[in-house]
Amino acid sequence: MKKSHIFGIIIIAVAVMVIVSTAGDASTYVSFGEAQELAEKGNANMIHVVGALKKDEQGQPVGIQTSPDMLSFSFIMVDQNNLEQEVIYNQPMPMDFLRSEQVVVVGSYKKNKFIADKILMKCPSKYQENEIKVGEVR
Amino acid sequence: MIHTFVGNLGHFLVITAFVSVLISAFSYWKAQRSDEISKPSWLNYARIAFYIHGASVFGVVASLFYIINSHYFEYHYAWSHSSAELPVYYQIATFWNGQEGSFLLWAFWHVILGAILINTNKFWEAPIMAVFAAVQAFLLSMILGVVIFNVKFGSSPFILLREAMNAPIFQLNPDFVPKDGSGLNPLLQNYWMVIHPPTLFLGFATTIIPFVYCMAGLWIGKYKEWVRPALPWALFSAVTLGIGILMGAYWAYETLNFGGYWNWDPVENAIYVPWLVLVAAIHTMITFKKSNNALKASMVLSIATFILVLYATFLTRSGILGDSSVHSFTDLGLSGQLLVYLLTFAVLSVWLLAKTWSKIPTSDEEVSTYSREFWIFMGAATLCVMAFQVIIPTSIPVWNAIVELFGGISNVAPPADQVAFYSKWQIWLAVILALLSGTGQFFWWKKVDKQKLKESLFYPAVISLLASGIIIVVAKVTEPAYILLLTAGIYSIVANGKILFSLLKTSPKLAGGAVAHIGIAMMLVGVLFSSGYSRIISLNNTGMIWNKDFPEEMNTKNLLLFQHETVQMGDYSLNYKGLRKEIDGFPGYVSTSAIEAFGDSYKVVARKDIEWKGKKYFSEGDTLVLDNPENSFFEIEYSKSDGKKFTLYPRFQINESMGMQVYSPDIKRTLTSDLYTHVRTFPDPESETEWGEMEEVTVKVGETFFVNDFVARVQGIERITEIPQVTLGLEDVAIKARIVISGADEDYIVEPIYLIKDRMIGLIPEEVKDVASKITFLNVHPESNSFTFGVNTTQKEWVILEAVVKPYINVLWTGTLIMVLGFTMAIRRRYVEFIKMRDKGQEE
Repeated sequence: MKKSHIFGIIIIAVAVMVIVSTAGDASTYVSFGEAQELAEKGNANMIHVVGALKKDEQGQPVGIQTSPDMLSFSFIMVDQNNLEQEVIYNQPMPMDFLRSEQVVVVGSYKKNKFIADKILMKCPSKYQENEIKVGEVR
Repeated sequence: MIHTFVGNLGHFLVITAFVSVLISAFSYWKAQRSDEISKPSWLNYARIAFYIHGASVFGVVASLFYIINSHYFEYHYAWSHSSAELPVYYQIATFWNGQEGSFLLWAFWHVILGAILINTNKFWEAPIMAVFAAVQAFLLSMILGVVIFNVKFGSSPFILLREAMNAPIFQLNPDFVPKDGSGLNPLLQNYWMVIHPPTLFLGFATTIIPFVYCMAGLWIGKYKEWVRPALPWALFSAVTLGIGILMGAYWAYETLNFGGYWNWDPVENAIYVPWLVLVAAIHTMITFKKSNNALKASMVLSIATFILVLYATFLTRSGILGDSSVHSFTDLGLSGQLLVYLLTFAVLSVWLLAKTWSKIPTSDEEVSTYSREFWIFMGAATLCVMAFQVIIPTSIPVWNAIVELFGGISNVAPPADQVAFYSKWQIWLAVILALLSGTGQFFWWKKVDKQKLKESLFYPAVISLLASGIIIVVAKVTEPAYILLLTAGIYSIVANGKILFSLLKTSPKLAGGAVAHIGIAMMLVGVLFSSGYSRIISLNNTGMIWNKDFPEEMNTKNLLLFQHETVQMGDYSLNYKGLRKEIDGFPGYVSTSAIEAFGDSYKVVARKDIEWKGKKYFSEGDTLVLDNPENSFFEIEYSKSDGKKFTLYPRFQINESMGMQVYSPDIKRTLTSDLYTHVRTFPDPESETEWGEMEEVTVKVGETFFVNDFVARVQGIERITEIPQVTLGLEDVAIKARIVISGADEDYIVEPIYLIKDRMIGLIPEEVKDVASKITFLNVHPESNSFTFGVNTTQKEWVILEAVVKPYINVLWTGTLIMVLGFTMAIRRRYVEFIKMRDKGQEE
């Protein structure tokens, strides 16, 4: 066998390993229900859950608890299947968190609690493409 | 008034540029295919068309900049990216802030590069420029803004606001012009945004040159000859792209708040991948020049680089990355067009390569382990594996889109911890790369056998093992992967250093490779320390568990600082001194308590004399101009136990019209490490303050009392005739008390007002955030010549911050500069070589 063949085989093998590792480490978008099932099966991989803050009739977020030192907080999130779940986040609350209309949490269940590792927010922009502030005309 | 002329001119020039470049491409194609008699006229025709194209593109650039610079907010581009107060250098940043402008920047570089190619290489002109102009036509089509058969081609930067959106105001008044634009995203108001995009896009634009040479070589059957003119350009492209990427990394480090310079974000990955492949292509091209083996690889890699640049463009601009990236562009409806662009050139190049594959010369000779080809090939392959490992996960959103296109459901998300995921692969590949780059160099200059190799490797190996051993012990490196990377990196520095040393004596011009490799190896070592040993020092493991659901091992990474309260953090004690502003013409920062706003966003009034280092800059009552009203700074003082002090000013920016709030770090730089501090959050300025119960105090002028534990003194009482937003009648009376509160570092002025208007008493209290108090002027007692004030207090102002130490980050930046130097030397050498061959008439 020529060296270039061995070389080629090694490269292909590494490429396959890359793909396998990507497939293994890729996260998934799931609901809290599915996430809980996964956790019960012993799968501790981090997953993505898309949802929103739980809000009362006036549109005010409810169930938010902040630690006395303000360095961590927990909140209630409703996923796309309307399942509620308390999410714990070990970071200070971002300033526009309460205004967010969509939240993606990346994390996993630990002892039946969802611990978020990362929170991505989508905030309604005060700046709306279709709205022009009507001031005086120059 | 609506200035339609400049927009119409711009749009007309876009169309002219598009048509002329098509004509140019066609004429170059004809020139290549015609005989010697008609060739000159086709060439001439093609050149004129290209120059018309170039002039039109310059005209388009000038028109768009004119619109931004003149604040013509009737244009959508100016309205959505700029604002009236934006200084000229940020107007330049505004120019390429939008997708259309950045396409235009790219096309602008293509024009300059095309003109250089036309004038430096007559032999290759026709075939390379035919491909070049075709690529440019596709690029121009992105900003065409023309609708044909109900299909929109491109997005024009010259559309008017009223054409872009259907706001009700335009039905009432079609000539309505907004007074101001939305402004530039605060994150982009940074000098890096003036120089990073043009550098990056010059890097993008230059990847076309090796590609067009390769395509032309395949087309006209010059399978080998394309390499020599392409090589200096490939080097130039790699160094420009490299500088562009690192400028972006440095910008992110200084401006963004994720705490580092590289985050493995899809947008970063999309540009890192073509760079790796381009560097691999350079290596195979250099090898090929001495032997035939690497020719096919050079072709594949040169083509792959360009196609990957198009793929990166597709990923970042089609909106497909969506949620997975923080800084991709939004979709402009160009995704279909971008896909056609990508697929056209991918299919065309693969087809051309496949068609000619069997004709490309190869050598059947077995590659020896002691040949340079072998080592360089290994290096190039490692680079390609690195690229492959990054591009696969980055393409997950594309995978989801393809599955959904065929009716499936795919819920694959990118790896949750991107940094850990990519690092665990890249670090091992980097070890291999460093070892190869150290060893491969020894094969570079002469044929070596086993014995000679052992001899030349002995000392570098011994020296690097010793050096790394010492560093490992001193810096306490324990992670096996880090130990290996450090040793491999040092080995590469030592081995290349040895080669550099011997080259300096004989032929210093050839030392570019050795210098560039030393630079890369230093970058690897710098990344290892600054990222691998990046240490959060604001770590808070007091273990205060407030929620029983919290897992016990959770430590908080941030620190809460109340204003004027000292908190210990590692070797430092920290004190948050308050919120600051930057004033035009003032060297330091000014406390927000020392100035007062009066309705104009840029102008404030000084409430007391403002000094800096003993020199008085402004007097009380002066009108001052803010550098940027969107910016505020948190003054954080760090003191060490030995009494040494320094102050950091992390920044907070707010853009009202975009509803954006942005925090940026401040960095204390020393030779051996950076101390990086950024504020995570602070009390929402829009939230309502909860005041405690009011305490009343009756004092005379000159007497003191306590306000929230600070000493306050009534300095004087005066009658005033003007109050903002209140009209005073003849019968009305207003008096203002001037109270000075002595703080630890500065005095705060409070001026509550007591008002009798229309026989009613009005009280206008004043807040002093720096002492968390509010003072109300409650009553006047003429009989005793005293006054009653009410004092309310609230929670002190606070910030939550994160502080990170990044050791030896300067090794990374120094390595970058050395790498650039090495590349520059190599470009010079290869270009001189090409010119010599061309002038001898051998370059055919």
